[in-house]
Amino acid sequence: MDASADLLINALISGLLLGGFYAAVSVGVAISFGMLDIVNIAHPAVILLGSYVAFIGNTVFGIDPILATVITLPVFYLLGMVAYQVYYVAFERRDDQSLRGLSFFFGILFIAEVGLILSFGVDYRSVQAWYVSGNLNLGIIELPWRLLVPFLLGMAMVVGLQLYLSRTFIGRAIQAVAQDQQALRLMAANPTKIKRIAFGLSFATAALGGAALIIIQPVEPSIGREYIGRVFAICVLGGLGSFPGMMIAAVTLGIVENLTATFFGPSWAPAVAFGVLLVTLAVRPSGILGR
Amino acid sequence: MASLVAKDAEREAPRGLGHVAFILVMVAVAAVVFMITRSIGNSYAFFAAYVVVQYMVLGTAWNILGGYTGYVNFGVTAFFAIGAYSTVVLHKLTPWMPLPAMILIGGVMAALVGLGTGYLTLRLRGVFFSIATLALAVVVQTLITNWDFVGGARGAYVMRPRIAPLIGGDYIQYLFLVMLGLCVIALATARAIERSALGYGFAAIRDDEAAAEASGVPTLGLKLIATALSGGFMGMAGAPLPYYVTYLDPSSGFSLNYAVNAIAMPLIGGTSSWLGPIVGAILVGGLQEYIRVTISSAVNVLVAGVLMVAFVILAPQGIVGLFQRKKR
Amino acid sequence: MASSLSVSNIVAGYGAVRVLDDVSLSVGAGETVALLGTNGNGKSTLMKSIMGMVRPTSGSITAIIDGTRYELVGRSTEEIVDLGIGFVPEGRRLFPKLTVTENLLLGAFRPTARSAIAKNLDFCFETFPRLQERAKQLAGSMSGGEQQMLALARALMSAPRILLIDEPSVGLAPLLVQRTIDKIKELKDGFNLTVLMAEQNFTQAVRIADRGYVIVHGKIAFTGDSAEALNNNDLIREFYLGA
Repeated sequence: MDASADLLINALISGLLLGGFYAAVSVGVAISFGMLDIVNIAHPAVILLGSYVAFIGNTVFGIDPILATVITLPVFYLLGMVAYQVYYVAFERRDDQSLRGLSFFFGILFIAEVGLILSFGVDYRSVQAWYVSGNLNLGIIELPWRLLVPFLLGMAMVVGLQLYLSRTFIGRAIQAVAQDQQALRLMAANPTKIKRIAFGLSFATAALGGAALIIIQPVEPSIGREYIGRVFAICVLGGLGSFPGMMIAAVTLGIVENLTATFFGPSWAPAVAFGVLLVTLAVRPSGILGR
Repeated sequence: MASLVAKDAEREAPRGLGHVAFILVMVAVAAVVFMITRSIGNSYAFFAAYVVVQYMVLGTAWNILGGYTGYVNFGVTAFFAIGAYSTVVLHKLTPWMPLPAMILIGGVMAALVGLGTGYLTLRLRGVFFSIATLALAVVVQTLITNWDFVGGARGAYVMRPRIAPLIGGDYIQYLFLVMLGLCVIALATARAIERSALGYGFAAIRDDEAAAEASGVPTLGLKLIATALSGGFMGMAGAPLPYYVTYLDPSSGFSLNYAVNAIAMPLIGGTSSWLGPIVGAILVGGLQEYIRVTISSAVNVLVAGVLMVAFVILAPQGIVGLFQRKKR
Repeated sequence: MASSLSVSNIVAGYGAVRVLDDVSLSVGAGETVALLGTNGNGKSTLMKSIMGMVRPTSGSITAIIDGTRYELVGRSTEEIVDLGIGFVPEGRRLFPKLTVTENLLLGAFRPTARSAIAKNLDFCFETFPRLQERAKQLAGSMSGGEQQMLALARALMSAPRILLIDEPSVGLAPLLVQRTIDKIKELKDGFNLTVLMAEQNFTQAVRIADRGYVIVHGKIAFTGDSAEALNNNDLIREFYLGA
């Protein structure tokens, strides 16, 4: 096998794994944007909060980074419910989502970033765990655990949420709420309560995605911005609110970014997501699986 | 038709000056501000005042699109940096070019990028435009980081001339004067838009775009005009930056602070009129300078974000709106 | 157990426009009552007032459900549905991007309905075999008649005691209107429901109604205590048949 084919295969495989991780950080936006029609651009800030919780749990208390975030998931869930309540009272009820609602989340994103800088500085932080280094050797190919664990975590989250959304009463109501809020009332469900639950879930998934992020790479506070474009590119490309579409988009982006980094240099990789996003919006705003 | 529109304008705003009178008053105010700053007699005053006036231009620029049409541009840094880096390029290629010409070119470049982005995404719902502008900021940053001619990730040094042309003294005085001039132009433009058919078209889009479209308002065209004007002024606000900082690298040129401030100031001051961004810029810009001196530079960047969130929740009409309500 | 509905002296409207002017009516236990009137006379507003979707400015609406009495004015729509009052709204209001089954299961969101979910689903599929064939299809992709079936079935999934139906015939071909009305009768008997049906298709509605009211310009213009009384009334002749 010649060197470039080898590179290609490697880029494809790690791109695939990266895609699984991207699904983990994007699935919350697929819920908030895709199902509730709330554009939470502060989503990456929540991801980073999750990363720093994993960091603190790991370095201060010596526990597994994923476990550290899992323990705090109820807190993130509540935080999400509170965030939605504020959004609902201040913007949705006043029908002012587009200008002030968006700016609200932008402000939160900025405050969270500066808050993290003030608390942790701008240094890169990382965690210790057995899967942060080393490979799973499968004979021909070697899979780094560092990518494999976030991939598996992402898969588990997507499958779990898909089951929750399709098999439970609340889950189905979450899928229905943006389609016809008034009709949902006729099903005896309170749309505001349903959205609050969904937004809480979205926050919790973001935090868990954050644990995956700090396993993949060291983090610093402004890294969240790179993820704004990624998560929205993935959700828009995947056709809003569709999990299978989101998975395809996440893997596609992971592979394209990896190929770009391999063949053009890593400094070009951040532009890929945004380029994909711009092209999707311009050419096919309903996404690849959109109807 | 034209007289009809003019009559409308009179009815809407019975008080107030004509355009020429307004510009004259603004020029007079700018001259007074410049004289006061000069009388303080140290260059720190110019450096601080420059920043506040720069934010007035940025805030006014953002408001032309955001406040008047309701489309939120998060990519302020992209337009601002396009202006700044166009000056870097011009400084290397044509160092003899006067600054106002560089500003004009920077503005045109940014306006063109605004036009392009708008053309691609303004047909969609407003949120998609907003997300696209976020994306634009990172795309432009990546391009510039990878462009060696303007210094790439290492950044570029731009030598500031020692002596200011025309007025003499330190060059920063000239930069400040130019920025004041730009501010007068931006304000006069914003105010003229508010009182013209263009402004009514923008307001129609903001209030109910579907209805505006249905009643024959050329919404896409108007949105493109707003985006180009808004982006153009942002680019112009950024064009003198290399001379101000003398060293420009992507991470400072694309600092999120610019975007947050440019959005926060109109929202805090009030988005419905040209006065809002000015009030917001004076308040927030002044407060930031004060906090930077008294507390710390880390806290000062938080101010805009916290105030913005507080205002959008508690006082959605901004400071100007609070006063208007009281007057009634 | 008996479930009935009574509306007394309701005044309601939108902003300054008064749509309902002192309207009273009642639906006794196990009855099918038709609310008749052409477009714009206030049928939908009355239905929405009962469902808490329009707040009346005065008057009261009480429901007796399985022997317990509830005042409905001031309750939210979801609370009213939760009491056991189902509503099939005008225009069906399905969830277009969810499948037929998902729409039906959402109908059973109400905790009381969840225990009987399997039984009710079987019944719905038995009554509307078409829905079973289309179980996995998206609701938005079905024909108007099928959508009306689904809207009816979805309301039944909430195991209501009282069912309100707003204009079941709108947008349907004559043959389908007849079939839909027959189905309503079938469902009413199968579930032992109390039914209030707003309809402008007089002939079809009267086929299954025990009694009826005619609403004109926001007022009850005629109360027919039997189907015959409705059939043989001069006002109705004039109003509907142009005679």
